[in-house]
Amino acid sequence: MSGRPAVALGAGTGAATGRVPWQLLVPAAFAVALLVLPLTGLLVRAPWSTLPARLTDPEVGQALRLSLLTATASMVVCLLLGVPLAWLLARASFPGRRVLRAMVTVPLVLPPVVGGVALLAAFGRTGVAGGWLDDTLGLRLPFTTLGVVVAQSFVAMPFLVLAVEGALRSADARYDDLAATFGASRWQTFCRVTLPLAAPGVLSGAVLAWARALGEFGATITFNGSYPGTTRTMPLAIYAARNTDFEAAILLSLVLLVVSVAILALLRERWMAGPVS
Amino acid sequence: MTVRSVAAVPLTAGLVATVLGLAGCGASGDEPASTLTVLAASSLTDVFDDLEGTYEAQHPDVDVQLSFDSSSTLAEQVVQGAPAGVLATADRATMRTVVEEGLGAEPVVFARNELVLVTPADNPGNIDRITDLDDSDVAYAVCVPEAPCGAASATLLARSGVTAPPVTEEDSVRDTLGKVVEGEVDAGLVFASDAQAAGGRVRAIPVPAADNVRTLDVAVVLDSPDTDVAQAWVDLLISRAGRRVLLDHGFLPAPAAAEKSP
Repeated sequence: MSGRPAVALGAGTGAATGRVPWQLLVPAAFAVALLVLPLTGLLVRAPWSTLPARLTDPEVGQALRLSLLTATASMVVCLLLGVPLAWLLARASFPGRRVLRAMVTVPLVLPPVVGGVALLAAFGRTGVAGGWLDDTLGLRLPFTTLGVVVAQSFVAMPFLVLAVEGALRSADARYDDLAATFGASRWQTFCRVTLPLAAPGVLSGAVLAWARALGEFGATITFNGSYPGTTRTMPLAIYAARNTDFEAAILLSLVLLVVSVAILALLRERWMAGPVS
Repeated sequence: MTVRSVAAVPLTAGLVATVLGLAGCGASGDEPASTLTVLAASSLTDVFDDLEGTYEAQHPDVDVQLSFDSSSTLAEQVVQGAPAGVLATADRATMRTVVEEGLGAEPVVFARNELVLVTPADNPGNIDRITDLDDSDVAYAVCVPEAPCGAASATLLARSGVTAPPVTEEDSVRDTLGKVVEGEVDAGLVFASDAQAAGGRVRAIPVPAADNVRTLDVAVVLDSPDTDVAQAWVDLLISRAGRRVLLDHGFLPAPAAAEKSP
């Protein structure tokens, strides 16, 4: 150890000055290397000279269109079903609410491939509900674009529900009470008061769900297999390309990277600014 | 001290003891001195599982690690520098990608395999011949075109005039087989040995013979740590015992035993 204390005590400014301790600097440098080097490799090995030609490859466009379509559809499903669920969890009181919340958040920590197996067990042809859906409605989910939306919604929904529930909890419930004293019904209160107050949370939850759906791989390939145009979204296309055309895999990865960074930029105001603004 | 941290002490001690015990186990006398990693096409799963015991009985100082996947996935892993001693592929073209990179020794053909059409045991789609797949109501699975089974399937489907697309392209032949076994699809194209491995869970239907047979190649990976240990696996595979195991599992014999591929 060096003799001098590395940290000078600031007089309540909160900012420590002096030399940065190597015990923190070295691991931090490794962390940066671990996080940044792979992305640098992606950029270095990218086929820049053939990039424009490859970007116009119909298969790239097909996978990207399918990804944007399914991720957006999944986001809409999550909004339509998830916002009411979040309201129920945040504002209604009923027995088993805590159990329900725990169940809703399980897919958040579940490995997506487990989700895919579970979806097959439920909605596969021989699944608990799949056989019935096929017999009565003629509806088969596996191997279809609709099945992709189902798989993506399964993994993305908890992100939206938790974000919206958090926003509802931090919003002042007394506005709801006030609206009620003016004679508003609970539905009117939800539409006119609760939802507008929680709008930022709903928005960030929707973006999170969209991003999660866009990157979804494990549940999608397990539940739907992989076929160009119907189920092969961008992550599946990258996986399919990695063996035979590594440059194509890099190119597809770059496209997803650009989209992800754009999402991050969109959310910058919310999370990147840090706790102190 | 809180209750939780008191409880954690014996738990931690137990964990430490377990880790030390495992480490101690690794240092004991009869431990294999080296490891042989064998990468094999997923069709070879049962054959190589069988041969592992034979090999380890003959070479008690070697621990065999088997890894099964689509041939093209394994070939790419070798090209990307995965540690491997032996690579066995389900067709010649895939092996060639490794040999051309200078990473594989001269490949040896050790068996052949032919495509068959399989349906779930109860045949929900009433599939009797390959042309029955040419119906948009029939859901069938094939391997990705990069995999040997997928490449062979694409040729077969084109020759048979089937234009209806499959519902999924699976990574390896065993993934395709799994979709049929689970009844998620009406039919699938796999190799005969895979159909045999599924036993009564699938119904196998022969397909027109032209151009649906693929040779299986095996080669020692040249930058493996111990090529002698790897060569011993190849020797076992082309030995009389190895050939018998292959035949038992539904593979066809190589054109002439242990023929070197050109």
